[in-house]
Amino acid sequence: MTLLDRPAAVTETAAPLAPAARLLPALAAVYRAQLARARVARIPLLFVATFQSLGILVMMRGVVDAGENSAARAVVAGSSVLVVAFVALNLLAQYFGKLRATGGLDHYATLPVPPAAVVLGAAGAYASFTVPGALVTAAVGAVMFSLPLANLWVLLAVVPLAGAALSGLGAACGLLAPRQEIATLLGQLGMSAALLLGVLPVDHLPQAVRWLRDLLPSTYGVEAFARTFGPGPDWAAVAGDLAVCAAVGLASLTLATWAYRRATTR
Amino acid sequence: MSDTDRPAPQAGPQGDLGGTGRYTGQCCTVRDLAKTYRSPSRGLGRGRSRDAAAAGAERGATGEVRANDGIDLDVRCGEIFGLLGPNGAGKSTLVRQLTGLLRPDRGSVHILGHDIVRHPERAARLLAYLGQESTALDELTVALAAETTGRLRGLTPARARGETADVLAELGLEPIAHRPLAKLSGGQRRLACFAAALVGERPLLVLDEPTTGMDPVARRAVWSAVDRRRAERGTTVLLVTHNVIEAETVLDRVAVVDRGRVIACDTPGGLKALVDGDVRLDLVWRTEAPTDVPAVARIAEQAERSGRRWTVRTSPEQARELVTAVTTGPAFAALDDFTLATPSLEDAYLKLGGRGGGLAK
Repeated sequence: MTLLDRPAAVTETAAPLAPAARLLPALAAVYRAQLARARVARIPLLFVATFQSLGILVMMRGVVDAGENSAARAVVAGSSVLVVAFVALNLLAQYFGKLRATGGLDHYATLPVPPAAVVLGAAGAYASFTVPGALVTAAVGAVMFSLPLANLWVLLAVVPLAGAALSGLGAACGLLAPRQEIATLLGQLGMSAALLLGVLPVDHLPQAVRWLRDLLPSTYGVEAFARTFGPGPDWAAVAGDLAVCAAVGLASLTLATWAYRRATTR
Repeated sequence: MSDTDRPAPQAGPQGDLGGTGRYTGQCCTVRDLAKTYRSPSRGLGRGRSRDAAAAGAERGATGEVRANDGIDLDVRCGEIFGLLGPNGAGKSTLVRQLTGLLRPDRGSVHILGHDIVRHPERAARLLAYLGQESTALDELTVALAAETTGRLRGLTPARARGETADVLAELGLEPIAHRPLAKLSGGQRRLACFAAALVGERPLLVLDEPTTGMDPVARRAVWSAVDRRRAERGTTVLLVTHNVIEAETVLDRVAVVDRGRVIACDTPGGLKALVDGDVRLDLVWRTEAPTDVPAVARIAEQAERSGRRWTVRTSPEQARELVTAVTTGPAFAALDDFTLATPSLEDAYLKLGGRGGGLAK
C-alpha cells in the first residue's frame, strides 16, 4: 500500500502516473460494493444459513436437556457461529474461487488498488452479513434451551473476530485452490467441520476429535460465546479465546492477501 | 461511421494528467514479446490453462503451447490501434501482457515511457482495461459498478459519483442505472462494463472486444465516447477485435495477429491495397452447385466453400466472365444469390496467410 502510494521513480521521458487508490478508501469502496452485492444475491443464502442453524437447534433440543449445562451452551453457541462459518468460510471460498476461475480478478488486478483492500473489503462484508443471522440463532437458541439472554451482546465481538478468522480462511481457500470446484469443496468441508466439531457437546467427543476441534478457529469463537452463558463468566478466558480468533484472523487474512497477489500477478 | 467523420490523431495533450511532465513519445512500444506455456498441467494449477486455451496457439511436440512469439508493435499516442485476428490467434494473451496481467518470458513492453515488464503494477495507473469477463461486477447495479471502479482508480467519492453520472448519461445508461448487471442483456452488460472503464480517466484505453453482443445504438455510443475522448484529451485506444467491418471503419491502424505473431501492421486501407485489383465473388446455390457447367467446374477447386455458399477471389476480368456464366442458362437456374465486392480486410488477412473462418463479418 505504501509501496503503491509512493510516487514511482519516473524517468524524464515517461508520462506521469495517475494516483493509486489508498488502502482505507479502497477498502471502504470494496466493502460497500460487496455489501450491496450481498443484498442482491445473498439474502436467500443467508436465510438458508439461519434456517440450517435453527434446524440444528431444534434437532439438538431432542437430545440435550434445557437449562444451565455445558451441552446446552455448546449447542447454542455452536449453532450461532455456524452461521458465520457458512457465509464467511463457505460462500467466500466459492466467491473467490469463481472470480479467479472466470477471470473476474482481472478487473481488480487492472485497477491501482492494494490487494489487502480487496480481500479485507470482501471478507468484512461477508462477515458483517452474518450478524443478523447469528443474533437470531443465538436468541432463539437461548430461549429454547432456557439460557440467559443477558450476554448475547458478546456476539458483537465474536462475529467480527470469528468472521475475520473464517473469512480469511475462506478467501485463502478460494484464491489458492487450483480449480473452482476444489475451492467449493474446501469451503464445504470447512463448514462441515465447523458444524460437526462446533455444535456437538465437547464432553462426548473422543480425544482425537477434540484435538482436531482445537485446530479449528471457529472453536474459539464457540468457546468464547459458550462461556458467557454460565453464571459469572470467566471474562479473561473469553478474551483469551477471542484473542486466538483475532490472531488466526490476522494470519489467515495475510495469507489471503498473499494468495490474491499470487493469483493476480503471473 | 467512416474514417472521415473522425478528427485526425493528435500529438498534443496525451498523458498529461495534471503532472508536471509532458510525455511526447510513443504510447505503447512492444519488442520481441514471447510467451510459452511450458507444462499445461502446471499451467492448470495457476489458471494458465485459460490463457493457453485463449491463446490457442501452436502446441509443440513437447507439449509446449506458444501463446505468442516475437511480437513487435508501436502504438502512437492518440490513435485507435487495433489487434485483428480470429478467436485463438493470441490477441487476448498479448493484451494481458500489455496490461501487466501476464508476465512475458522475453521481450519488453513500454507504455507511455514506463517499463511494464519490470513494473507491471504501473499499468493500472496508466490505462483502463475492459476485459471480456464481467464476473467481478455482475451482481452490482450499473451505477455502483461504475462508481466503485472509479473509486478503485483513486477518485474521491464525490468525484467518482460525478464522473459516473456523466458517463452513464453519455452512454444512455441512465434508465438502467439501478439494475444489476447480471439482469441485463449481454450487450447492455458490455456497455455497463465499458462505462466502468471510462470512470477515472486514463490516457490509454485497452478494450477487448468491447462491442460484442451490442445493438447498433450501443455500438454508436461506444465509438462516439471513444472519439470524444480522443478529440478532447488525445486518448489512445488499443482495440481487440475479430470483427472485420468494425476494424475497417473504426481503426487508424491495425496489426493482424495470427498464431501468436503479428503478420502485418498498417492502416486498413494499406492492408487492403495488398489485395487491390482482386475482387470477391460470393455465389449462393439453391441446392447443389451445377458442376456440369464448364465455368463452374473450373472454379470448383479454387472456391472456398461453406455449405451452399462459394467464395472466389479473383481478377475483375475473370469475375466478369464468371458472373456472365452463372447468370445465364442452367447455372442461373441453380443460383440463389450472388454478390461481387471489392476486397475487405478479411481478404487481406487471408492473402497474408491467416487462417480462414475465424473472422466475423
